[in-house]
Amino acid sequence: MRNLFRFLLQYHFFLLFVLLETISILLLVNSHTYHRAATITFTSSITGSVYESWNSITNYFSLDYQNNKLAAENARLRSEITQLKERSDSTSFINNEYTFKHIPAKVISNSVHFRNNYIIVNKGRSSGVRPDMGIISPEGVAGIITGVTEHYSTALSVLHRHARISVIFQKTGQLANLSWNGENYKTGMVEDIPSHLVVQPGDTVVTSGHSLIFPEGIMVGTITEYIEPPGSSLNKAVLEFSTDFNRLRHVYVVYNSLYPELDSLINTRKND
Amino acid sequence: MIRYLKLSGRFVFLIMLQVLVLNNIRLGGYINPLIYVLFVLMIPFNIKPWLLLLSGFLTGLTIDVFIGTPGLHAGATVFMSFFRQTVIRLTLGHRLPEGNLEPTLYDMGARWFFTYTAIMVVIHHTSLFLLESFSLKQVSAIIIRTLLSSIFTVLMIIIYSFIFNRGGNKT
Repeated sequence: MRNLFRFLLQYHFFLLFVLLETISILLLVNSHTYHRAATITFTSSITGSVYESWNSITNYFSLDYQNNKLAAENARLRSEITQLKERSDSTSFINNEYTFKHIPAKVISNSVHFRNNYIIVNKGRSSGVRPDMGIISPEGVAGIITGVTEHYSTALSVLHRHARISVIFQKTGQLANLSWNGENYKTGMVEDIPSHLVVQPGDTVVTSGHSLIFPEGIMVGTITEYIEPPGSSLNKAVLEFSTDFNRLRHVYVVYNSLYPELDSLINTRKND
Repeated sequence: MIRYLKLSGRFVFLIMLQVLVLNNIRLGGYINPLIYVLFVLMIPFNIKPWLLLLSGFLTGLTIDVFIGTPGLHAGATVFMSFFRQTVIRLTLGHRLPEGNLEPTLYDMGARWFFTYTAIMVVIHHTSLFLLESFSLKQVSAIIIRTLLSSIFTVLMIIIYSFIFNRGGNKT
């Protein structure tokens, strides 16, 4: 016993070092799994309110840019409304997009330079935000909600190791998957493209709507480069995001109002 | 007492500077100066080694809480704190500091402070980027990021020291 005590005392520095490193690595490893991220990413009210009050100051600096962006979106929406009015006069139809609801939110914390990036927005449970909802910016997809507190929520950015988004090529309607390799926040990687598919630079990629998180047809980006890895039947393509992740500010949390229904349908399929 | 107040004031100031200002700086997309390590660098020479490790852990963890990367900065900062004594002993040789001197630019001179900071920052950033990618797959990318980020962190620390760490008016 005395020897043990002496040993602990003699090497306390090294032992403490090992202990603290172990704690750090355990925290880190746990946070890397998708759903644990929801519980561990800190959306505590302390960090949330610090960011929020700082944002209320820095907001003014990008006001001009943000205004222009919102004005452009307004213009686009107005033209869409007129088009839809014309269509709804003549025919009645069920459109997928009508089941999606939008909650406007503001980004209060965001990063682009880590391997795994998170977004924190200023809407939480009290506004009806729940995990597994999508976040879209006026320009395109931005992230997926993972953790929710009363007034704030954290989201995996598209710039995250575990953010995989089901996308389609607008021209051909072919399915593929989007992921991010961690190098440049402006470009992502479209994977699992069947080799018979012709993909050209400039092709538009949009969300497929298969994941229930994002509505169909939300802009993701445009192809800049097509890659055919030797010895593989599935090709890749480099994609330039339409969203400028470095300047995210006004976003929408989107959710499918029929999500519970669809989810239970998928679950019964799994049980069979 | 005053000394502890001063240290905690510096802690809060550096964390806020890092989280609110420097985390918004992304040179070339992903190079981000991490000035908060300066808190561990400037802790007085005569601190108990175990307390140094704990301070490093606490500093890193606070940054983690704000960025949302549990354990990442804590791990890297503890790693750096572990090597602090060795680096000080190696760079100072046998003339160990006397009295109330602190490992700062003002007390110890620019040349020593630069060497000390550079070595410590490289240790910190190497472990940080290794922990972040958690593999040796993209070694070249890790080395480039470590080097570029280290240069900007050291630059920031030196600028900070020239502005805030003047004699008499130590922050």
